[in-house]
Parts: sequence; structure tokens; C-alpha cells
Amino acid sequence: MSREGATGTDTRAKSSAGLFRGEAIDCDVHVAVPAMKVLVPYLDDYWREAVTVRGLDRHNMNLTGQPANAPINARPDWRPKQGNPGTDLPTLQNQLDAFGTKFAILNCMYGAQALHHEDMAAAFCGAVNDWLAREWLDKDARLRASIVLPIQNPQNCVKEIEKRAGDKRFVQVLIPAMGEMTLGRRYYWPIYEACEKHGLPVGVHAGSTYRFAPASVGWFSYAFEDYVSQAGAFENQLLSLVAEGVFAKFPALKVVFMESGFAWLPPFLWRANKTWRGVRAETPWVKQEPAVIIRERVRVTLQPVDAPIDGGALERTIEQIGSDDMLLFSTDFPHWHFDGLDALPDTLSPALRKKILLDNPLATYSRLRESAPKEIRP
Amino acid sequence: MNVNVPLPRQQTPKEQGLSVVDCDIHPAVKSVDELFPFMAKRWQDHLKTFGSHIRQGLADALAHPRMTPDVARVDAWPDDGSTPGSDPEFMRRHHLDANGVEYGILIPLGRSGSHQRNLDYGAALCSAVNDWQISKYCEFDNRIRASITATQEDTAAAVKEINKRAKDKRFVQVLLPPRAVEPLGKRRYWPIYEAAVANKLPIGLHLGGMGGHPSTGSGMGSYYIEEHTSNVQTMQGLIISLVIEGVFEAFPDLQIVLIEGGFAWEPALNWRLDKHWKNFKAEVPHLKRAPSEYSKQHIRFTTQPIEEPERQGDLRQIIDWVGVDRLMFSTDYPHWDFDDPRYALNSAGLSVAEKQKIMSGNAKALYGLQ
Repeated sequence: MSREGATGTDTRAKSSAGLFRGEAIDCDVHVAVPAMKVLVPYLDDYWREAVTVRGLDRHNMNLTGQPANAPINARPDWRPKQGNPGTDLPTLQNQLDAFGTKFAILNCMYGAQALHHEDMAAAFCGAVNDWLAREWLDKDARLRASIVLPIQNPQNCVKEIEKRAGDKRFVQVLIPAMGEMTLGRRYYWPIYEACEKHGLPVGVHAGSTYRFAPASVGWFSYAFEDYVSQAGAFENQLLSLVAEGVFAKFPALKVVFMESGFAWLPPFLWRANKTWRGVRAETPWVKQEPAVIIRERVRVTLQPVDAPIDGGALERTIEQIGSDDMLLFSTDFPHWHFDGLDALPDTLSPALRKKILLDNPLATYSRLRESAPKEIRP
Repeated sequence: MNVNVPLPRQQTPKEQGLSVVDCDIHPAVKSVDELFPFMAKRWQDHLKTFGSHIRQGLADALAHPRMTPDVARVDAWPDDGSTPGSDPEFMRRHHLDANGVEYGILIPLGRSGSHQRNLDYGAALCSAVNDWQISKYCEFDNRIRASITATQEDTAAAVKEINKRAKDKRFVQVLLPPRAVEPLGKRRYWPIYEAAVANKLPIGLHLGGMGGHPSTGSGMGSYYIEEHTSNVQTMQGLIISLVIEGVFEAFPDLQIVLIEGGFAWEPALNWRLDKHWKNFKAEVPHLKRAPSEYSKQHIRFTTQPIEEPERQGDLRQIIDWVGVDRLMFSTDYPHWDFDDPRYALNSAGLSVAEKQKIMSGNAKALYGLQ
């Protein structure tokens, strides 16, 4: 099924219109698997039979952290008439047209990443990636995607990366912010080696596989608590990546935090620097202040803007971050963080707005700087 | 500081005409025998025979070994080589007198009964530690105040202990570890808050505890730098839980002190809570006001380890966002990450009146120190 008018020159014509006139790269857009049946064509015989015999398709692998009907998970005008938010291409295309988006990076948060069976996870993540290429990337030339990694097993992740790397429309890998181990651990390093080799940033998106309570204080009662506490999870992961020496070991590797918020960054950087000064003998491979390393190697998507836009707090926060290179434009479509087209606060300077919209994403995603081959069908 | 030039000597608070209340001083036993006069023989035997039964793999040491012996400043060892903090006479000379401390509040951590899984042993240990603070420290120096340790997972025992101790005005707060079996906003802990309010005592939450959950949502970090810093996320989790569960709707007079978590992160957390509250209001209809309003009214912070922004002026900005009235100075004596009262607030650009509030006035008002 191909949508007429959504490919080739038509799309380029559309890109030059819209709010940002093709000068914006949306680094966090969500699409969702509507039902497991759409993945079945991409499964091998064993898993296809399992779906039927075990009745796996009686339920979709939706994530606990993203209740489909919760207000945060879809703006009313971005909610399709039928099905879950993010399952409908025309709704997304309308949004891309309105913003005048040059490229949008699709992040498909799917429950395959939360399974316990690591081979099943590999089969279903692989199917999601095939489905993304066929049902989304092939249908609109503005779309790019993150490779959904079966994070339960790093060897399976490397296989998936090697399989997709030839398709330049896959521009990073996608893992949830909370999993079985802190992300800096050497267990995960084969993934980082493969990402560095192929010019793929490591995309870490808000979410948890719920292997552990989402915070050291234990299991919260409300989805509201889980959502707010995501920022703390990113802080933990950031320090893990620094302390374990990931950035020293992989000098070309970049890490992108998505839907993390960013107002937490300045106090985190100050505290990380202070503690590092006190105990740096413990991790002698960390040779610079954490803030220096993080400003160079870590990028953060814009939405949700979790500092107040008015009253100066947002501007002060961005000054305190101490770098104009870190923020990447995102709408977090279809999630509800702002209304209308107010994705990029106009209190920011024009120079910074341009960096956030275009320059920073292009500098982060080397694959966006290459022209994608027209037809790649895995 | 990661620089090779010594800091210029600064005036002591006393030289600046400021008094100091240190809201985080750690006492220690020279030997566990010190607690035995305050424990029934049955629990002395238990301590010697079975010891602590807590949720970590090492019985007598921390699984993230610290960078200095006993987590201490190298100069905090008493002359006889006993544990830093364990010699009241040395503490008086080395810290209380030297730093012009008008009042010092004890935060006993070692031998904590609060997170014992054997609840009766935990209650016995809490009670012994409470007696021991008074007998060893408060009676030695009348500048020293104590904290009531209580069993978190046995609220009936905790309430009994709080009611028993509250009559002695040298106890100025109830002390709990923030890492418990469940987030501290959960209703199972509310009887403790009720007892604290009834006795007009704040709840002090000093980092630590063995609730059984790893320090991050992805398991344990490998290194002490991660463990040390993860206490910030614990404090964030506490605010999230206490506010969103509606604890402050239920206990409008409850005051909470977050101890040794720093504070610069709080404005960003408040912004995040308020922003996303709009999307989650329907889930938490028991909240009548924006989350940050509860936090600002009910939660205070001790200052150490004070965040050290890179640019001049940013600490001032943070203090303005948090509010001068919510900060209470602390050193963490005798631990290595001690904040020195001569230096800790110097870059903040505070007026003398503001500095006096943070160094002592806010704590005096909250704890009723006169």
C-alpha cells in the first residue's frame, strides 16, 4: 500500500512550506505498532507459528509507561479517529507539513524491549524495524528512524545493528532509559562499538522495562510519579556512562537523551563535577570534569520543555547548561506537551533557535548529512 | 577543588559575626558495647550472635567502598585512633569550637535500627541509639541536639518511640532513612507523620537506608561516585512521592527536612512536577494545589553537599528560586565531603541577613533552638 503524493518531489515541495520552511529536524516523533498482526509478515516460521498457537496476537505489546488514553500520550488533535496514537501516517504527515519539517526521526516504543525472552525480543524488534522501513520510511521521504534494539542481549543488538546499518534511513539506535543494568557497564559495550563503527548515536528514550522500581525509593503509586521521575533515571544513566568510561573508550560515540527534559542538567553537572573532584581516584579513566565530557558528547531533545517559558527561568537554565550544541529540536509527536505549533519557545535567541532546529541535529546525526538511497528494501 | 592554588583564607562565621547551626553531625560508637547499657540482654545477645539483617550483601561494610577510611576527613581522627565522630571531646575541640557552632544536630547513621528487617531488633536498636545520643553527647555538651531514630517498617513501634522521646526537648526531629521498602509518601508510613505532627517535630530524612531497591531504575551503579550522587535522585523521588501521594493535604502542619542531598536540583523538579501535573490532574484529584506549592511550604533542605555552579551568580540564582528561608546550613562532620562554613556560601552573594538565616536562623526557628 503506497500513498500517492507522499514521495519524491511532492514531499520536497511541502518541506519548503510550513512553520520552519524545511529548516527543522524533529528528533523525537513516535509511531506505534497498531496490532501485533502487522508484524507477523516479518517474523520467521517459528515465531509466526508461536503467535498463532500461543495466541500472542490477542494482545499487543503496549508499554505500561505509555497508557494510550492518558492525556500526555496524545494531543487531542494528534489522536487518530481510530486506533492508538501514532498509528496513522496522514496524522503525522499533517504535523510534518504544518511544522515544515525536513526530517523526522521515528522512535517506536514497543513492548518487545520489555520481554524477558531475549530471542523473542530479537525476533519482534527485528520485525518492528522491518515494519518501520516498509510502512513508514518507504512512504514519506522525510522520515528517518531509530533501530529498535533487543536490549536484553547485546549480541542480538549487534546483529540487528549490522543488519540495518546499510539502510541509511536508520540514523540511531533506540533503548529505554531504564533496563536491567546501568548503561555504562561493559556488558553493553559491544553495542557502543557497533554504533560508533556505523555512525549511529545511542538514543536513550524515556521509559522503563520495569526490571526494578523506577527510583531508589521504590515503586510509585501513580503514572504521574513514574513520569516525573524519568528525569532522575536519565541523571543516573548519564553518570554511569561517564563513570564507566564509555566516552573515553569510544571517542566518536554520541548519546542522545529523548523525552528526558533538560532543566535538570545544570544542577546535575555541578554536582557531578563536585563529586568527581572528590573521588576521581576511583575512576582514573575519567580525565575531565563530567560536565566537559557531557557537553561534548551528549545531546538532549527539546520536548518536554520542563522549565517555565516565561519569567526568565528557561533562558537562565539554558545559560547554565553552558553549551548551545546540546539541544535538538523535537515535538515528541503525538505526546501532549504544547499546543498548536508552539514547540520551540520564542524567548530563545534566533541564533540558538536555528542551532536547535537544524545545525545541532545535523551535527549529531551523521546519516542525516548523507543523501539516503532512494529504494532500500531489507 | 580541582585547582593547584590554595583558596585564600576566609573569615570564620564567628569573625563575620554569624552564628552557626550545623544540621548534620555524625556521631559514632568507639565500640558497639557503648549501646549495651541501653539494650536488654536479649538484644545484646542478638546483636553479637546474628547482627544486622539488612538488604545488602556485605554485613559489616558498604558494597560501594568509600574513598577514605570510615568516609571521614583525614584530620577528623581522634588522638587515640578511634572512629571519627566517636570522641565527644575531640568533636567539641575540632568542630564545635573551631567552627563556632552554636547548636549541632546529631544524625546517627551507624547501627541504625530504622531499616532492620527484624523489626523487634530494629526497635531495640533505635531505642538504644536514642538513649546513647543523650547520654554520650547531649549531656556532654549542651550545644548538641539529638534526632529520634525510629523503625520505618513497624510504624506502631515508631509511634511509641516518638511519643516516648518527644518529652525530652533535646530531641529536635524524627530521623528516617529515605530509602525504605516503599516510597515514603505511601499511607503505610502516615502514622509516623501523624505522631511527628502531634509532637511538633519535623521529620529529617538523611540519605541512606536499605529499602531493597537498587540505587537506580536500572540496578546498581558500579562506583562510589554513582552511589554518592544517586542520593540526589533519591531525594527527588521522595519529593515526588510525598507531594503526589497527598501527604501534605493529610498533614498540613508536617515539616520535612532533606539532609545531605544538596538542593540546587529542586527548582527543576518543581517545574517538571507543575508542568506535567496539567496532564495528570485526573489521576491525582486529591492534590488541590500545584505540586510545587506543597513542596515550598513543607520541605526544607540542609545545604551540604552544596552544589558548586561554574559561573558566578548561578548559586545566587538557585537560592532565589529555592528561597532563602528553606535552606539550613550543614557540614556533614566528620565526613570527607564536609562543607566548611568559611567557604560554602561565599560565592552566593548573600546579604548578611540572608546568610544569617541560612547559617542558623532558619534551623533555630524550625527546631525551636533557644
